[in-house]
Amino acid sequence: MDSTLRSSEPAATGKSKRTRRAPWHAYLPMWMMSAPALLLFAVLVIVPLAMTLALTFYRFDPAMGPVAAFDLHNYAEVLGSSYFHTIFARTFGIAALVTLLCVVIGTPEAYILSRMGDPWRSIFLLVILAPLLVSVVVRAFGWSMLLNVNGLVNQLLGAFGFGPYKLLYTTFAIVIALVHVMLPFMVIPVWTALQRIDPQTENAALSLMASPAVTLWRIVLPQLVPGILSGSLMVFGLSASAFAIPGLLGGRRLKVAATTVYDQFLSSMNWPLGATIAMLLLVANLVVMLTYYRVLERRYTRSMG
Amino acid sequence: MSFLTLTDLSKSFGHLHAVADVNLSVEKGEFVSLLGPSGCGKTTTLQMIAGFIEATRGRIMLDGRDITHMRPNRRGLGIVFQSYALFPHMSVEQNVSFGLEMRGIDKSERRERVREALSLVRLDAFAHRFPRELSGGQRQRVALARAIVIAPPVLLLDEPMSNLDAKLREDMQFELRGIQRKIGTTTIMVTHDQSEALSISDRVVVMEAGRITQVDTPYRAYERPETSFVSQFIGKANMLRGTIVARDGEAIRIDLGHDLAETGSTSQLPERERAIGVGDAVTVCIRPEKLKLGAAGSGRLPGRVTSRFFLGSQWLYRLDSRAGEMLVCCQNHGDEPLEEGAQVGIDWNTESIRFIQQEAARG
Repeated sequence: MDSTLRSSEPAATGKSKRTRRAPWHAYLPMWMMSAPALLLFAVLVIVPLAMTLALTFYRFDPAMGPVAAFDLHNYAEVLGSSYFHTIFARTFGIAALVTLLCVVIGTPEAYILSRMGDPWRSIFLLVILAPLLVSVVVRAFGWSMLLNVNGLVNQLLGAFGFGPYKLLYTTFAIVIALVHVMLPFMVIPVWTALQRIDPQTENAALSLMASPAVTLWRIVLPQLVPGILSGSLMVFGLSASAFAIPGLLGGRRLKVAATTVYDQFLSSMNWPLGATIAMLLLVANLVVMLTYYRVLERRYTRSMG
Repeated sequence: MSFLTLTDLSKSFGHLHAVADVNLSVEKGEFVSLLGPSGCGKTTTLQMIAGFIEATRGRIMLDGRDITHMRPNRRGLGIVFQSYALFPHMSVEQNVSFGLEMRGIDKSERRERVREALSLVRLDAFAHRFPRELSGGQRQRVALARAIVIAPPVLLLDEPMSNLDAKLREDMQFELRGIQRKIGTTTIMVTHDQSEALSISDRVVVMEAGRITQVDTPYRAYERPETSFVSQFIGKANMLRGTIVARDGEAIRIDLGHDLAETGSTSQLPERERAIGVGDAVTVCIRPEKLKLGAAGSGRLPGRVTSRFFLGSQWLYRLDSRAGEMLVCCQNHGDEPLEEGAQVGIDWNTESIRFIQQEAARG
């Protein structure tokens, strides 16, 4: 308080700005300066998370709803049932496939984007960002129109004598729609990594008689790894916990972890089981991402920072 | 035929002629500097030799082969980039080894040659470091090792010292020249730093607005500049404007105005300007260290010291005289320097001045 008062004295009537006292908030301890953000984070993230965790130790009674039980039978149920194993395997399988496809498509995309001239670069950047600007429901509906049995894709295949195929309500539909919306999360970090590359390193490799392909593979790509790494973490995390796309394009039978949680909470009304699945999804996601990060990070921190 | 020959080499970007009709022959083992202010086309010329910029016109011959349209990764030249352009994800050893690997040289020979190159630049102990763990000077030496390990026919240096601080730059200049002498590689360096160009090259190529204005040894470029641009870009010069009032054979007499006259010989003019006659405008160019200061009343021209700068080994005086501002450079012999405001007499030897025909008169 004392410091606040002292510093509120009029600062030497603006004549010498250099000798002016530091603003009052410079005297506060660090933790106090981050207090507003800390409070927001606590109320919106920590408390709900703690409540969900507490809920997993409850027992579901069809007549009375959640009853405090303080045992681990919910965890035993999820971890012991092959039904939930399939759902988790599907969830992380889809997330891994989406991440892989985003790396394979997004990295060259970012590279081409960085090589474009200015009017085109802005236009294509907008095209890449477009899925984020469209409501998830509209986007999913668009994909279901394209992919259903009478949809545009099957009509096109039919013109060449193929099909019709069942495309909607398949893993394929979920993956393609997720890749569509996740691509910006891969392109942007890779693009940022590209901006940081010294463009002369490519010329240096060429001058040392490396072919353009070798230059791309041995010189450019390794420098993009930090960008690909952070893009992958975002894409994987968001895909594994995606709810709307799998819900709308996977149909009732192709469940992933997030849609199962939804069903447990709102259809079965089994909140404790839903909370348990949610917690296990969170933990599994964390473990996968941290492992991935550690493994790649160890290889690149020394050289790439 | 010279080792490297540029013939009518030109590059235009739209209507802008970045490089126009550059002709240059470089002998094997020579160290040549392209010197000029930024935007004079020196870097573009280097990039054309390297193959990163396609020449609009002209020819580049290397050791009897036409490389004008050869792709950069086929030329096999050693290049040190201004930013060094080290591969950040590779260790020093891997950086240096990369060019050998691309040439398909086997592992044991590669290791031997990398070791040799690193010891040449005195970085033996740093083989396993990554570029970001090195200082600026060390990075520059890695870049040099990477370029010379492949034993290139020509070494191209693009402002190699510009990212180093002054002290280190001086050390590196000596070191670079020493290494170049030892391995005997034909070297072309681009620089805007005239002292760097003068101190380490066999010849300097002064460029201005995309054209070569003078190609000479550093000493001759300094002592016998051919244009007023060269005289002012390389070193400092006092420029006095005058008109030729008499010519008798080689002897000429120049009126400098302000009751000053100068006599000299046409041999003090650039060769192509020796047909000069009465009435032509010339510039008299005197280097600051060629001017002598004496007691007030002595010499050819009285002057007054307006400011002085201490440069360690020298004193640099700015003088006010009736012929305009004059710069005078005196050795620091340990005597008392002149005070600001002191009255002095300025003198010079006729032999130590240089005449240049004025640009306007040449058209």
